[in-house]
Amino acid sequence: MALPQPKADATAARTAALRMPEGAKWATAAREEALSRVNAMGLPGRRDEYWKWTRPESLVAPDAPEAAVFDAGEAPIFGEIDSVKLVFVDGVFDPAQSDDPSLGGVEIERLGDAAAADIHWAKDLFGVLEARGQSPVPRTLAALNTAFAAEGVVIRATGKAEKPVALVYHHGAAASDAMVHHCIRVESGAALSVLESGPGASRFSKVMEVEVADGGRFDHIRVQGRDHERRTMTHVFARLGAESVFKSFTLTMNGVLTRNECVIEFTGDEGVAHVAGASVGDGDFHHDDTVFITHDALDCESRQVFKNVLRNGATGVFQGKILVKAGAQKTDGYQISQALLLDDDSQFLAKPELEIYADDVACSHGSTTGAIDETALFYLRSRGVPKAAAEDLLVLSFLAEAIEEIDDQGIAAEILSRLEAWLARRR
Amino acid sequence: MLKISNLHVKLEEEDKQILKGVDLEVGAGQVHAIMGPNGSGKSTLSYVLSGRDGYEVTEGAATLDGADLLEMEPEERAAAGLFLAFQYPVEIPGVGNMTFLRTAVNAQRKARGEAEMSSTDFLKEIRAKAKELQIDADMLKRPVNVGFSGGEKKRNEILQMAMLEPKMCVLDETDSGLDVDAMKLVADGVNALRSEGRSFLVITHYQRLLDHIRPDVVHIMADGRIVKTGGPDLALEVETNGYAGILAEEA
Ligand SMILES: Nc1ncnc2c1ncn2[C@@H]1O[C@H](COP(=O)(O)OP(=O)(O)O)[C@@H](O)[C@H]1O
Ligand SMILES: [Mg+2]
Repeated sequence: MALPQPKADATAARTAALRMPEGAKWATAAREEALSRVNAMGLPGRRDEYWKWTRPESLVAPDAPEAAVFDAGEAPIFGEIDSVKLVFVDGVFDPAQSDDPSLGGVEIERLGDAAAADIHWAKDLFGVLEARGQSPVPRTLAALNTAFAAEGVVIRATGKAEKPVALVYHHGAAASDAMVHHCIRVESGAALSVLESGPGASRFSKVMEVEVADGGRFDHIRVQGRDHERRTMTHVFARLGAESVFKSFTLTMNGVLTRNECVIEFTGDEGVAHVAGASVGDGDFHHDDTVFITHDALDCESRQVFKNVLRNGATGVFQGKILVKAGAQKTDGYQISQALLLDDDSQFLAKPELEIYADDVACSHGSTTGAIDETALFYLRSRGVPKAAAEDLLVLSFLAEAIEEIDDQGIAAEILSRLEAWLARRR
Repeated sequence: MLKISNLHVKLEEEDKQILKGVDLEVGAGQVHAIMGPNGSGKSTLSYVLSGRDGYEVTEGAATLDGADLLEMEPEERAAAGLFLAFQYPVEIPGVGNMTFLRTAVNAQRKARGEAEMSSTDFLKEIRAKAKELQIDADMLKRPVNVGFSGGEKKRNEILQMAMLEPKMCVLDETDSGLDVDAMKLVADGVNALRSEGRSFLVITHYQRLLDHIRPDVVHIMADGRIVKTGGPDLALEVETNGYAGILAEEA
């Protein structure tokens, strides 16, 4: 079916501005297939149902809008954690700022190197999970990323990684347009933890394809940078084997536009996937969590916990779906999306969905939007807690269920202190 | 200590007068009880004293040791020494009971220009006081009042009171929903706090709490006014004759 003309034009204009990186035959083939997906699906436009609450124009335009580089004047979030640090500036790997990528039980390569060589596992992953994730809803921006992203890393964990891999994304130039693509494979019984932080670029597109084999474990903590004007689109595509564990938490503070898509598929029995997010926005802030979890195996547990704190005209969006395929019995699916509106100008738009084709499942979902609980506020104040401190306590208590999804207590405490600082800056 | 004069209160949102001229004076070290039928305005009085939104004082005054309570924010009233044990203690998911109490203790100290309590001192004190009220360590760690039984919530109120060491304690139906043993525990907690410098206003529907917390003065409230004041015997009269009897007598 031919694309509507405006969509075809927008897609052509965007792809014309990009150049496909060179690589080995397999990589070029994967990129060309991705480009044909882009051309067939077309880049998102404002009439698309999947984009009804988030305007994609600035993510699709040939040129990235400028975003001032923001110096937070604070220590880097994961700076204290012993990790293998890999730094990207405006999406370009910077070896000078990065650690030597050697880590027991883990192989790490730059995407460009992997794409030029014949690394079979990367070949089996690159663009593959992204392509699987294009149905039932197109995610063309991810396909665009597969076709054109020259940078990223491929990581394969064959044992329990001694320390996390920390991917740090600096924003260097005011007008920078970056695409980064990572492929991660956690082998059977292996474990890997990936930390991500930073704004990336003025416009940042990031795709992460993650395959967790039977009994593997993948932990992901992400903190998206505080640059107010940055625009970010991210996609996580995960395919989970039997008895595997996948846990992802994202903290988003500021950013004029963030769209985080997460597509998870259970292909083996008894897998566990938790995706959580805490986002706090003030003013010109639009945050969108779009999650699609497919249960296609027995006895898997999925959990989505998304919390938004919005003030001063900020907008939060949640589109979350649990799809339980026929035969995926004993599925345990939970989904909660909530917004705390600190004033009347802010809004939260949520579309929680369950689609279930198996009969022996336990799935629940809920979505709420509300203000600070006046009764709780009075209770705290009546005990002597000043109003501002009481409100902050209630905001943090609202976020608690999402933060509890972080298993590492040190990281959880650090995330909490960043949130406290965000609140304190608004006093 | 607490002086309430000619207090008139209406709802902010609607034209409904709830308190219609309350006069009450509680001296230092005294225990006063307020009894009265449901809907007579007892909780409203406690909320107005502690500064809850939604009420408008149209006439009258309330002072604590001479300071105008009605001019203060709720947290200022607390720092000035006023404490309200809620009829319905509020659940606050995500805020640990212990964190909450330490925040409150130190906020009050800070407001009074006193040094904060160290975490070791705080821990020592809260453990000792919790033990007396049979509040276990698990309850201290759990979110404020979440999943607590009715009795646990009321004991938690008394624990907060014990930690905050207020001078004027208002207890709103702290006995409601408690069995005899739990009530005794709560009453012992209150009695342990009785001292020359500390006063109590015990709001209760029933006389039985007053067997355990012996009041100096008993007031009967009806339709937004104190209609009768007497000694502890007045509570017994309520028990035998009911409110109807007393109110008929006053009419
Ligand atoms: N916030 C409120 N909104 C509506 N009515 C109220 C409110 N607060 C109190 N009232 C009314 O005021 C009267 C007194 O209530 P209350 O103070 O709770 O009495 P008591 O504690 O003696 O049972 C009742 O008629 C009650 O319905
Ligand atoms: Mg009452």
